[in-house]
Amino acid sequence: MLAMRRQADVLITLFFFIIVVSLFPLGVGPEMNILRAIAPGVLWVAALLASMLSLGRLFSIDYMDGTLEQLLISPSPLFLLVLGKMVSHWLVSGLPLVLMAPILGIQYDLSMEALSVLTLSLLIGTPILSLIGAIGAALTLGVRGGGVLVSLLVLPLYIPILIFGAGAVEASAAGLGYDAHFSLLGAFLLVSLVFAPWAAAASLRISME
Amino acid sequence: MLTATNLECVRGGHVLFTDLNFSVKSGELLQIHGPNGSGKTSLLRMLCGLTQPNTGKITWNDSNIRSLGEQYYSSLTYLGHMIGIKDDLTAIENLSISCALAGLEVDNKMALDALQQIGLKGRENLLARVLSQGQRRRVSLARLLLVKTKLWILDEPLTALDVTAIKLIKEKLEWFLAQGGMVILTTHQDIDISAAAIHHLHLN
Repeated sequence: MLAMRRQADVLITLFFFIIVVSLFPLGVGPEMNILRAIAPGVLWVAALLASMLSLGRLFSIDYMDGTLEQLLISPSPLFLLVLGKMVSHWLVSGLPLVLMAPILGIQYDLSMEALSVLTLSLLIGTPILSLIGAIGAALTLGVRGGGVLVSLLVLPLYIPILIFGAGAVEASAAGLGYDAHFSLLGAFLLVSLVFAPWAAAASLRISME
Repeated sequence: MLTATNLECVRGGHVLFTDLNFSVKSGELLQIHGPNGSGKTSLLRMLCGLTQPNTGKITWNDSNIRSLGEQYYSSLTYLGHMIGIKDDLTAIENLSISCALAGLEVDNKMALDALQQIGLKGRENLLARVLSQGQRRRVSLARLLLVKTKLWILDEPLTALDVTAIKLIKEKLEWFLAQGGMVILTTHQDIDISAAAIHHLHLN
């Protein structure tokens, strides 16, 4: 039930991520120190935007063709179905970014250690993006201009994840401990894993009224 | 038994219907008539629990469908206006997924059988995007051949269907009603289905 779709969206998200990340070295110039300093931030912001790109489609296609009605009246608990949607969103738009990030990080002359911290922080962080983003997508369902609204609604909620995700990489680059950042990211992940499916399910019911 | 008492529906500040009372018992058919925009689909969505009635309540075996939740959904099959067929999936995948959502384990053979019965032999593995409107409708109706629910709520099930398909659906509905099933449907076409009791509800 998770593999409910075949998406060409994977490629769009991935290429968006690759292009945005690659534009910065071209624009900023080949100054290694600057690049190394901005790398965590750039990679993380690009990941945020890329994973948001496909959020609008998360429920809207189902809403349009009537599958969503069937989801709502399915005998299985709605939050589980919604969780399934969130997991599949992450698989197509989060996981590819995580896998791509270390390769892109090389452009910024990041050390091996920083690269692995970056990948790990994205691995913990991107599921949170899908979880929280789905709430926004559910709330803006059927609203005109929903795509833009999702960004306005969801981006502020992404800020803590950005801070701690990019912070972990910076801390490791500076030779400091980054355990605290990871603990906080992990805590965010657990909290959103518990609450987000439930909140998104409730928002879907409201949107369908 | 499905009972509706004092239902009222307001859409966009407009009262579509008010003080609507009816009940459907085992083996009975309720056909809802009314011109476009008279609230037929709104009523059906209400009966599915997708929208809340403004006033009144809907009960299934004497308990409110809101409190029954998933328990009610497991005895209900709803085929809406939008048929929930994914363009990027084949006919058989569409059918299996919609059955899985309805909590029904369907193996490949059962799904194939259902599609063949509904007249899609040889089209099982075509993507839904290349099917015609009527064929897509048939894919969604194929689910009725597999489900084991007690109450079917069908919104314009005969749209885009040809004469043979309509006859097939009619027979299927008669069979289902004879088994003690309940059917609530809207249609603009006149079909004579034989059932223990047929209620007509006119909205205007």
